[in-house]
Amino acid sequence: MAASPATKMFDAGVKPYKDMGYFEPGYAPKETDVLGAFRVTPQEDVPPEEAAAAVAAESSTGTWTSVWTDRLTDLERYRGRCYQIDPVPGEENQYIAYVAYDLDLFEEGSVANMASSIVGNVFGFKALRALRLEDLRVPIAYLKTFQGPPHGIRVERDKLNKYGRPLLGCTIKPKLGLSARTYGLAVYECLRGGLDFTKDDENINSQPFMRWRDRYEFVMEAVGKAEEETGERKGHYLNVTAPGFEEMIERAEVAKELGAPIIMVDYLTVGFTAFTSLSRWCRRNGVLLHCHRAMHAVIDRQRNHGIHWRVLAKWCRMIGGDHLHNGTVVGKLEGDRGATMAINDLLREDFVARDPSRGIYFDQPWASLPGLFPVASGGIHVGHMPDLVAIFGDDAVFQFGGGTLGHPWGNAAGATANRVSLEAVIQARNEGRDVAAEGADILRKAATHSPELGAALETWQDVAFEFEPTDALDRAE
Amino acid sequence: MPWTERSDAVTTNARRLETFSYLPPLSDGQIAAQTRSILERGLIPAIEHTPDPGPRNTYWSLWRLPLFDARTPEAVVAEVEGCVRANPEVYVRLSGYDPKRGSKVASFVVRRPV
Repeated sequence: MAASPATKMFDAGVKPYKDMGYFEPGYAPKETDVLGAFRVTPQEDVPPEEAAAAVAAESSTGTWTSVWTDRLTDLERYRGRCYQIDPVPGEENQYIAYVAYDLDLFEEGSVANMASSIVGNVFGFKALRALRLEDLRVPIAYLKTFQGPPHGIRVERDKLNKYGRPLLGCTIKPKLGLSARTYGLAVYECLRGGLDFTKDDENINSQPFMRWRDRYEFVMEAVGKAEEETGERKGHYLNVTAPGFEEMIERAEVAKELGAPIIMVDYLTVGFTAFTSLSRWCRRNGVLLHCHRAMHAVIDRQRNHGIHWRVLAKWCRMIGGDHLHNGTVVGKLEGDRGATMAINDLLREDFVARDPSRGIYFDQPWASLPGLFPVASGGIHVGHMPDLVAIFGDDAVFQFGGGTLGHPWGNAAGATANRVSLEAVIQARNEGRDVAAEGADILRKAATHSPELGAALETWQDVAFEFEPTDALDRAE
Repeated sequence: MPWTERSDAVTTNARRLETFSYLPPLSDGQIAAQTRSILERGLIPAIEHTPDPGPRNTYWSLWRLPLFDARTPEAVVAEVEGCVRANPEVYVRLSGYDPKRGSKVASFVVRRPV
């Protein structure tokens, strides 16, 4: 039988995404839609509408060519839609594209799935020179498939009996090379001096010089002794980050058996799935979970490409940590002040309103998901205490690593100096004083009854870290 | 002499009592100022006492009911004095409960056994 010309069954070939329904200006997002704000930098000859539509397509139902099975699918329902494009003021060829996704595109309770969809292949797409996910509106309908922090701020305060002030921590240094018993000594000295917590560093896992079980045993002996002597609750974040999931859970189990109130994990390097399982383990076992964000700057530091930190922070709250490192504003690490404070709100508040001047692109209701403690860490010392209290308020953890261990009289004195300065600043704030403006005076007076604080102020009086952040917010139109 | 050159400062292992226990004991005026802050924030003051403030002692005895109707620091401090008269050998703490949050947001020791 002779071949007859094929009947045209569908439009084979490559069509512009914007003509395939992925660009729909004026679409009114549903309450249940997931919304993304992308910073799009198109290649030179690609119009912004096409680039934005490509983002919507490649992060949802689209592929580079038409396929016949499209016609057996309710694409009208499942395709992502770019519904608005705004040029970025002061930038030649950069746009914020708003994309809406139907709720059914995402598996319940899965940040791994959400990330594979929204920040999947699309970030390597050729029509784009660069692409950054700036913000994500997670609808209440989706949030309710998550349980969030295993305990949250309120429960942690109740468990540890810490009220009316930020908590104090310290990362034990040098971060690599100490033996388990010597490491425990450094922990004990910090805790007996007045800190609430000490912490493993992110890359302390189980190296040849200090295996995890030895560290856990000595550290928990130190914690118990410091509690007995001071009469206060103490903890050490035992890092359970491990090569495999089974070893991670084994370490968590041993920490719990030794009486550890809190453990820690590097929530990005272990992956969202392992982090989710560990968070659930922590809720089942009543163990607090501290999250370190190692690797975040690889993902979030470039202004035009990657994922903004506020999205990674939202994912941490959804999956569930009780503490999360955030910028300090005043220390050695990156962080624009307005953006950092907005992220504190995203971690702690039940509703955060859209506010482009702080980098918040969408209203974000949290639907009673518990809040978690932001952790300010990196290059901070007693002199920063007034500013830290003014910026962070009570619900935060301040971690002074060098600012404790670098005290000329040692860890215990360093810890006492931090605690005295914190309490003096809180006392002054509650008395109605402007602690940011009067900070130096408040600390000097407090030092008259604390030689430890006096020595700390002398040691670090001139240390500040003043660099412009590399990731400034867009200027207002 | 600069602090860093002194050698007489030794960090002792004194027992502590959480917030403000690294400051010298609060004076009456300082207690009143902290109490004013509790009231101005809309918190409910409550007086709690125990002979044994250990790290695992969560529940201290409540002195009467939380002071729902207290309007002035003086009224709160008078209740603290009443508690101390009735229980001279105990530790007394003042807490501020936040009904919106359903828990304490402030708590500090105001009297220790002499």
